Amino acid sequence: MKASAFAYHDPKTVQELNSLLGSLENVRILAGGQSLMPMLNMRYAFPDHVIDINHIADLAELAMTPAGLRIGAMTRQRIVREHPLVLQHAPVLAEALHWVGHVQTRARGTIGGSLCHLDPAAEQPCIAALYDAVLHVSGPRGARDVPMRDWVVSYMTPNLEPDEALLGLTLPVWTTQGQNVGHGFHEFARRHGDYAIVAAAALVSLDAGKVVRRAAIALAGVDVKPVRLDIAEQALLGQVLDHDLIATVSAMAATIEMMEDAHITPAYRGRLAQTMTKRALTDALNRATGGRNV
Amino acid sequence: MGARYFGAAVKRLEDPKLITGRGQYLDDIPMPGVLHVAVVRSPHAHALINAIDASMARDHAGVVAVLTAADLGEMAQKPMPMMAPAPMVKTPLTQSPLANGSVHYVGEAVALVVAESRAVAEDAAAMVMVDYDPLPAMVDLAHALKDGANLANKALQSNLAGTLKGGFGDVAGVFAKAAHVFKETLSLHRGGCHAMECRGVMARPDPAGNRIDIWSSTQSPYMVRRALALCLGMDEASVRVTAPDVGGGFGPKAVVYAEDYAIPMAARHLGRPLKWVEDRGEHFVATTQQRDQLWELEVAADAQGRMLGVRGHCLHDNGAYLPYGVVLPVTSMSSFPGPYALEALEISLDVIYTNMVPNTPVRGAGRPNTCFVLERLADRVARELGIPREDVRRRSFVQASQFPYETGMKARDGSPVSYDSGDYVQCLDLAVAKFGSDFKARQDKARAEGRYIGMGIASYVEDTGLAPYEGATIRVQPNGKVLLLTGAAAQGQGHKTVFAQIAADQLGISPQDITVEAGDTSLFPLGIGTIASRVAVTGGSSVHMAAVETRAKAIKVASQVLEAQEADLVLEGGFVKVSGTDRQVSLGQLALMLHGNFGQPLPAGIAPGLSATAFYEARQTTFANGTNLCEVEVDIETGAVKILRYVVAHDCGTLINPMLVDGQIRGGVVHGIGNALFERMIYDENGQPQTTNYGEYLLPLATEMPRIEIVHMESPSPRNPIGVKGAGEGGTIPAAACVISAIEDALSPFNARLKSHPVSPQDLVQLVDQG
Amino acid sequence: MSELDHAQTTRHIRVTVNGVSYERDVLTRTHLGDFLRQELGLTGTHLGCEHGVCGACTIILDGQPIRSCLMLAVQADGAVIRTIEGLAQADGTLHPVQEAFWDKHGLQCGFCTPGMLTTLAAVLEADPTMDETAIREAISGNICRCTGYETIVDAALQAASRMRGGH
Repeated sequence: MKASAFAYHDPKTVQELNSLLGSLENVRILAGGQSLMPMLNMRYAFPDHVIDINHIADLAELAMTPAGLRIGAMTRQRIVREHPLVLQHAPVLAEALHWVGHVQTRARGTIGGSLCHLDPAAEQPCIAALYDAVLHVSGPRGARDVPMRDWVVSYMTPNLEPDEALLGLTLPVWTTQGQNVGHGFHEFARRHGDYAIVAAAALVSLDAGKVVRRAAIALAGVDVKPVRLDIAEQALLGQVLDHDLIATVSAMAATIEMMEDAHITPAYRGRLAQTMTKRALTDALNRATGGRNV
Repeated sequence: MGARYFGAAVKRLEDPKLITGRGQYLDDIPMPGVLHVAVVRSPHAHALINAIDASMARDHAGVVAVLTAADLGEMAQKPMPMMAPAPMVKTPLTQSPLANGSVHYVGEAVALVVAESRAVAEDAAAMVMVDYDPLPAMVDLAHALKDGANLANKALQSNLAGTLKGGFGDVAGVFAKAAHVFKETLSLHRGGCHAMECRGVMARPDPAGNRIDIWSSTQSPYMVRRALALCLGMDEASVRVTAPDVGGGFGPKAVVYAEDYAIPMAARHLGRPLKWVEDRGEHFVATTQQRDQLWELEVAADAQGRMLGVRGHCLHDNGAYLPYGVVLPVTSMSSFPGPYALEALEISLDVIYTNMVPNTPVRGAGRPNTCFVLERLADRVARELGIPREDVRRRSFVQASQFPYETGMKARDGSPVSYDSGDYVQCLDLAVAKFGSDFKARQDKARAEGRYIGMGIASYVEDTGLAPYEGATIRVQPNGKVLLLTGAAAQGQGHKTVFAQIAADQLGISPQDITVEAGDTSLFPLGIGTIASRVAVTGGSSVHMAAVETRAKAIKVASQVLEAQEADLVLEGGFVKVSGTDRQVSLGQLALMLHGNFGQPLPAGIAPGLSATAFYEARQTTFANGTNLCEVEVDIETGAVKILRYVVAHDCGTLINPMLVDGQIRGGVVHGIGNALFERMIYDENGQPQTTNYGEYLLPLATEMPRIEIVHMESPSPRNPIGVKGAGEGGTIPAAACVISAIEDALSPFNARLKSHPVSPQDLVQLVDQG
Repeated sequence: MSELDHAQTTRHIRVTVNGVSYERDVLTRTHLGDFLRQELGLTGTHLGCEHGVCGACTIILDGQPIRSCLMLAVQADGAVIRTIEGLAQADGTLHPVQEAFWDKHGLQCGFCTPGMLTTLAAVLEADPTMDETAIREAISGNICRCTGYETIVDAALQAASRMRGGH
């Protein structure tokens, strides 16, 4: 189980990266390596060129910007999970990362790597969908921004041309002024650290009367891409959030079309989607109300 | 002699090097000039091979050779000998070291690529062009004997390798008179051993071709030596096989594999040292697996819930070949009637060829299967009669007054199966007491809260200390340290520690003063292998016998040296002492004396060396037993199962080292939990394996496993000098049955019936919805 | 990949492993685990799956436990690495996790043990207050087939206690 031979490149700047991307064929970009390296070792991937982007310092920055929380593609999952800005502005991301892999894989794995690998059940794309993240892409023909809703082209395929790379993303995080924002993240996996079968992330912003002013619910593992539960979000708006309402809107999660594979039936996915949505919303409610509504 | 170390939780002698990274597993052994081998494997479950074109691979830079069966001569083309011949099999099939014209499972070895590095060998392996003619595959066990079923091998008229029949008593009469008869259809699924170290073979021929040194990550170095010496036409003295540190075995590493033959053959062919290390992808398709069985059974019980008789039929998947003969299905058969004093039994077991990886024992062998079906039947009787599950067992068990108890079954040599000792009811009561009496109340309370907890129970008897023998030599050296040599190599069990404990007490020394060497055929003449929970009995008894003899010799010689009565001598602190005096002679001095010197005769009647060799022959089997209880919670929204508690009451006779026995039990239980909840080796209808990495095939992790509470009962075996019984598999045997029993109990409000394992959360949700 | 030139498939790297500096030419396709084992002879780091699940190959890279099969050797250029061979002190004094594994029977076959020990050494050095739940999560990326994990957890709890200054 040894990788086939490839040429190795380690650009130090985005310009060098763009230049390599513009000139090489059959390239794989090596970020944290937690998905690509197994594919190389098992010879599922046979690139002629591997471009290691670990040496581009700019790609590991994490900062608040006017547009939101900007996270470089090469920010390690361990760093994201513990970062004060994440804990302050997007704690649901930190919570989701608790379920991602293991201490050894989070030490190397990156948020950008996950967003490019695009396992349908992955947690980080789910959070990107929850926030309507904007993904920052670069290539020899210039830079562009891609909204998360347009990011997944097909199964495990991001909206990237062969000569493009993901540099980072911006999460337009929610302000908490005058309202109470709560979050929840639940997933069902067979074992700790496994990819979820289904995961659900929820954000709600409540006014003083617990009326929902804003809501977002994202599901992973129900389709090839993370899915926003628009119907449920709409149904929440303007309503007082309580357990009955949560039960009602969670049931909507089971009604969307579920992907099918050899091992998991759509019906089971639907059941998990409903259950995970309910649990995520319940956590969100409790957090938004400071636990007063438990 | 006081038992100072025997029975104590002595820290392991094996550990200092293993915890500092100084272990030496097969792939760690330095070997100058070694070449690396990648194996070209069949991508088809069943196919003819028309031609092999290795020209491109041979031309690849760094490749030394590409070898097929044709290149390695007649022995590489002939089927390997069955490790345990089975005359009842009409068409005995084993594979040849390299495929000879056809392949019968995905992963079967076809050719070897020898190169300067493993990576280059893998590069070239992909360049070996094999022209296959695919044939229909047989993967559906349930239909294997139906008309029109695909045949797993062109040599077969039927997929039936043979039928085992066993039983006793007036079955028709018992079922006719029984108050209750219940029928069950049950099944078990295959999994793998998944030792964390995969297999591996290294071979170094001497330049003249007269000798060969082989290292194999094996449980049975002596079986490898026997097989290779016969195959290569060499003296056993010229074939040295070493099992170095071995990273887990669990049964499958006891098989002498195609690679065990092909690598030494290729090394001799090339005159170069070669190494093949199985990678994890290969492990999934080339290391033997186990447990697929389909059962139809009936149980007869009296009005009080005592089980009177069992009859049934099993389809047993043995995969594409019978490398181990029918040993595996025989262990299923011979595990009946378990702990139950049945009046009648009738079992038939059809051994089936399929186009999947061959089956040989995996921890527990056929015993977890038989335990599962018997325990399912016992639970069924309890449920139908509305009595506690533990009471069915208490009423049905062999009772303490009945030992030795002849079950009615016949052992492999035709002698009656006779349970040696124990008190199965008391052992069950120990588990029940440990578990506590408040479960029912907690279950009712939980259900009122919408939570579903359940209690599981499973009991078992395990035949241990399998014949024929192991042996040991003890030799005191002139420096006073003791060398202990044995053929019984370990794969993590801690043999060195327990053997040293046994010997230390006899010799009045510390285990740290004993060096144990095991698993090197050049150091000890004969051995069998570390399988079937047999080494504590066979190896341990051999060590004891050799130590007793060495001690007696030391006393005899010392009595002359010290001019004292033998009865007044004691062994203590490395000396033979005259009690109550300061007169003493060290074991080292005695050893030096008995090693002899030029021109000086040894004392009359004393053979050279302060040493002894003993072979304990297991002429009668010892039987361990136990009962497990566990508590689970099922989340009916997701189907998730959480094991909240797990209690083991375990009787393996006299404990040599309770800490190590507990380790065997815990690891075994977790293996069984994996079988119950996680491990699923899936093949598609074409015989293509679908779960060939650790993302797809789920092994138990620390986050999901419970603590395992253990209570010991010690019923010494009267059948060996140290009273021990085996402990290697008793954890695994009942564990899956126990977990399944608990899940069924948790979901009893939904009338859930669990008839197979593994169960997935999705399966359980379906049972909830149907209930 | 026959057309690749040597300069692109071979690199010169420097690493510090267990306090010793090494310089080597490496093939770019070689993963760090193979490099440590084959080039440096540090065979205590084991390869159990080579696809990043079993954790046997865990080493400590710049203070963090990582899977050495999921990193190219060339990527370790300039890194400071600790392996199982470097956990004990130079005088042979065992690391508290090593001592505890021996005391608590935290290993049987020993093959997963280097990865367990490096993982636990790294996480407990960072946080010796971990409880059982945290310890089980920390080793959830390390598969052991022998022990059932309980004695490993017990060993980690003992080591944590000693590292906090307890006994």
